[in-house]
Amino acid sequence: MLKTVQTALLGATLLGAALFSPAHAETKINALFMAQAAYSEADVRAMTDAFTKANPDVSVNLEFVPYEGLHDKTVLAQGSGGGYDVVLFDVIWPAEYATNKVLTDVTDKITGDMKSGVLPGAWTTVEYDGKRYGMPWILDTKYLFYNKEILEKAGIKAPPKTWAELSEQAKIIKDKGLLATPIAWSWSQAEAAICDYTTLVSAYGGSFIKDGKPAFQTGGGLDALNYMVDSYKSGLTNPNSKEFLEEDVRRVFQNGEAAFALNWTYMYNMANDPKDSKVAGKVGVVPAPGVEGKSTVSAVNGSMGLGITSTSKHPDEAWKYITFMTSQATQNQYAKLSLPIWTSSYDDPAVSKGQEELIAAAKIGLAAMYPRPTTPKYQELSTALQQAVQESLLGQEKPEEALKTAAENSGL
Amino acid sequence: MTSNWITTRAWFLMLPLLIVMIAVIGWPLVDTVRLSFTDAKLVGTEGSFVGLDNYAKILSGSNFQRTLITTFWFAVLSVAAEMVIGVLAALLLNQQFYGRSVLRALMILPWALPTVVNATLWRLIYNPEYGALNAALMQMGLIDAYRSWLGEPGTALASLIVADCWKNFPLVALIALAALQAVPRDITAASMVDGAGAWSRFRFVIMPYLAGPLMVALVLRTIEAFKVFDIIWVMTRGGPANSTRTLSILVYQEAFSFQRAGSGASLALIVTLLVTVLAVAYAALIRKSAGAS
Amino acid sequence: MERRSLTAAILVHLAALLLLVVILAPVVWLFVMSISSTPDLIAKPLHWWPETVDLSRYGVLLSSAVNSAGQAFVASLFNSLKVAGMATVAALIVAIPSAWAVSRTPAVGWSLYAVIATYMLPPVALAVPLYMALSWIGLLNNVFGLALVYLTILAPFTTWLMKSGFDSIPREIESAATMDGARLDQVLRLITLPLAAPVMATAALFAFLLAWDEFFYALLFTSDQRAKTLTVAIADLAGGRVSDYGLIATAGVLAALPPLVIGLFMQRALISGLTSGGVKG
Repeated sequence: MLKTVQTALLGATLLGAALFSPAHAETKINALFMAQAAYSEADVRAMTDAFTKANPDVSVNLEFVPYEGLHDKTVLAQGSGGGYDVVLFDVIWPAEYATNKVLTDVTDKITGDMKSGVLPGAWTTVEYDGKRYGMPWILDTKYLFYNKEILEKAGIKAPPKTWAELSEQAKIIKDKGLLATPIAWSWSQAEAAICDYTTLVSAYGGSFIKDGKPAFQTGGGLDALNYMVDSYKSGLTNPNSKEFLEEDVRRVFQNGEAAFALNWTYMYNMANDPKDSKVAGKVGVVPAPGVEGKSTVSAVNGSMGLGITSTSKHPDEAWKYITFMTSQATQNQYAKLSLPIWTSSYDDPAVSKGQEELIAAAKIGLAAMYPRPTTPKYQELSTALQQAVQESLLGQEKPEEALKTAAENSGL
Repeated sequence: MTSNWITTRAWFLMLPLLIVMIAVIGWPLVDTVRLSFTDAKLVGTEGSFVGLDNYAKILSGSNFQRTLITTFWFAVLSVAAEMVIGVLAALLLNQQFYGRSVLRALMILPWALPTVVNATLWRLIYNPEYGALNAALMQMGLIDAYRSWLGEPGTALASLIVADCWKNFPLVALIALAALQAVPRDITAASMVDGAGAWSRFRFVIMPYLAGPLMVALVLRTIEAFKVFDIIWVMTRGGPANSTRTLSILVYQEAFSFQRAGSGASLALIVTLLVTVLAVAYAALIRKSAGAS
Repeated sequence: MERRSLTAAILVHLAALLLLVVILAPVVWLFVMSISSTPDLIAKPLHWWPETVDLSRYGVLLSSAVNSAGQAFVASLFNSLKVAGMATVAALIVAIPSAWAVSRTPAVGWSLYAVIATYMLPPVALAVPLYMALSWIGLLNNVFGLALVYLTILAPFTTWLMKSGFDSIPREIESAATMDGARLDQVLRLITLPLAAPVMATAALFAFLLAWDEFFYALLFTSDQRAKTLTVAIADLAGGRVSDYGLIATAGVLAALPPLVIGLFMQRALISGLTSGGVKG
């Protein structure tokens, strides 16, 4: 009798252990990324596979949306209980996400090694009001890409150092009949246009906001837009730029139909891949040019970070995942499309091999990154600016007037 | 059975539908009205009562007026084109020709294509660098340089209308065709004996048969065109320079991108009011024309 | 039948040919893009037929490998099926009794017009409260929640179609059966519903197609593979961040297949539904 009871108890314990054993309990976290070229969907999936292999008790559901949907999806998912745990966010959103409590403050989770190892400039991507809301992940700015073969044919010795020079060189190429419209930009009515505009604003020494009020309607902000309009009207810019996103720019550049293009890091190695590109081996890259007397180079901070949502039920696993994704090992492994956030990576021959030109441009460009305005109302400001840019390009409105209207509609 | 009891029974049978309608339409609509008087955010703050502020701001702003005009043109032009091309196609399909039954069957294809797929397809066709439209026109020698169909305010809305029309005119055609087939042969024959010309035959003999079904299609299509969201969202997102931004896109932006649930709600109600006025006007028109004939 | 002159016959055939090209060209091009390699698609001048047929994208989108793009696409395909299926069934369940009641009881007819009038409401007028309510009951990003919301569109439409279907069934058949002592539920089950079966099928097809096509609510109320439908998945692909035009086209072909098949084979039912509903309102 006693024996049976004992056996029964033992059995029950074993059963209980089997049912409730933590080794079998799997935590599921949901992560939101964007569908883009770098890191590509395939890369993110591969990184995540490596993470789940190392952490078999955590599984990660991945979701990809285009950049245009990233903000709205993040915000809308706040309402659903089992929403995302980890979200990718653009450098322009921490202000809004912090104000509306979309993201968790992770300042305390950041270790000393992270603090000292990550490039100081990269931290601005995740900061608002002295607090940190995630880890920087994609460290990026727009570079000036050029087609070496076309420049050589045009007899141009060196890529432009100033924006005025860029126009002159483009004119030479156009006049020699090498290309009808040598420059490609991403000026679609989207954030992409604001990134190009911001690059120019930084070149002209302008500013977006002064004392909480819009300041882009005059000075550098206006000069930047005037440059875009002149370049468009002079026919040096591919007129289809006004409906291009970055991927369209890459297609055109890779097809040998642009001598110059402003684009993110990822284009360097993709355009140099002979499998998909007609200009492989002819791709040159330099920091975006400056303006005489005002700047030597220009750059926009186009970085993005990974953060934990405030609705996440598994913040610890989420942080583990973020730590893995942003680790130096992971980033070095995928450094061909997106450069690491870690200072020492830039002197690592394994990272720079085969892309020395890009690394050289990055060292200058990343140091010059200019921020888009930090405000909880960024979405409105950006929407208003996009309209101003497009109306000016299309000649519906003079740049001064368009920017003035944008300032009024910016919500600031 | 008393008629009273029959009516009660009818209400009882309608109960499931009414409950569902109140839950998913009635209550949300009432709540939208409530929200429209507040400055509520989408997530987080409940908002406080602000009276008619939201409405005043919207009606005085240039955004709303511009968007209303864009929506109006989109609706009028696309519906008009669909009606005209649809009726012409129906008249053609009512003629004798080889392969008629195959062509009639194929007419359903554009209509069955999901709206989002249709929009995606046309976006690819209009691509300024690699799109089929530029390539085809160029190879036929109709244009001498590639055009930016969705990038120019002048052509963007027209290009959207073409895409929308391509998907929807076959529906009008099929409805009109069914009505045409109901026209008794001897009537058309008799009118020909009377020496009626093609136009007057169409206007006085055939049109009365078409008017009813076409009117319904017209009302439905106009309402749908006024609410348009999908095709624009996928093809242009309202660009270039907001030249294709319609009311529904504006509401989305306000309520969901900017998270201003309050003013988004007022804007949505203004759109609702406009659609209602439109529908009532149509209804009056239908009644008038029904009375006349 | 009138006799046509030769010129008229030629003109009619030419016009028919033009109509055929207009209808078919975009659909055929969608298919051609899906089997063309990227170099073919970005060639200038454009290649209208690929040098080698490339079916790899169908493999990519239909693959079931864990955590792949294919898995995400297939998941959205199933979500679309689930949502459209559930919403259609639910819509018919609420529509059939009420449509019959309205058809046989003119005194409550006005309520049907009230229901149909909701068709005018733009989805944006309901979206914010629906979003908040779904969030509150935990049905955001959930196929059941989305199917429930789709009733806003499907229920009025199916009721309207079913009502005109019941109108065409003579009451006398029902009253004769009632006189013979049949209970109401027996009358409906044995006589009316079998007679209304074709209309029911039409209504179900329409409801399914409407739900399959829906985009706005799905865009707002779903966020990942657990509920995201095909239309949203395709819009995500087409958003300009994927430059493999062939892949976008392939997704379009796959999403269009079910409704195209329904459209081609059920054409008679669909058109009769439209016209009978249309004429009688």
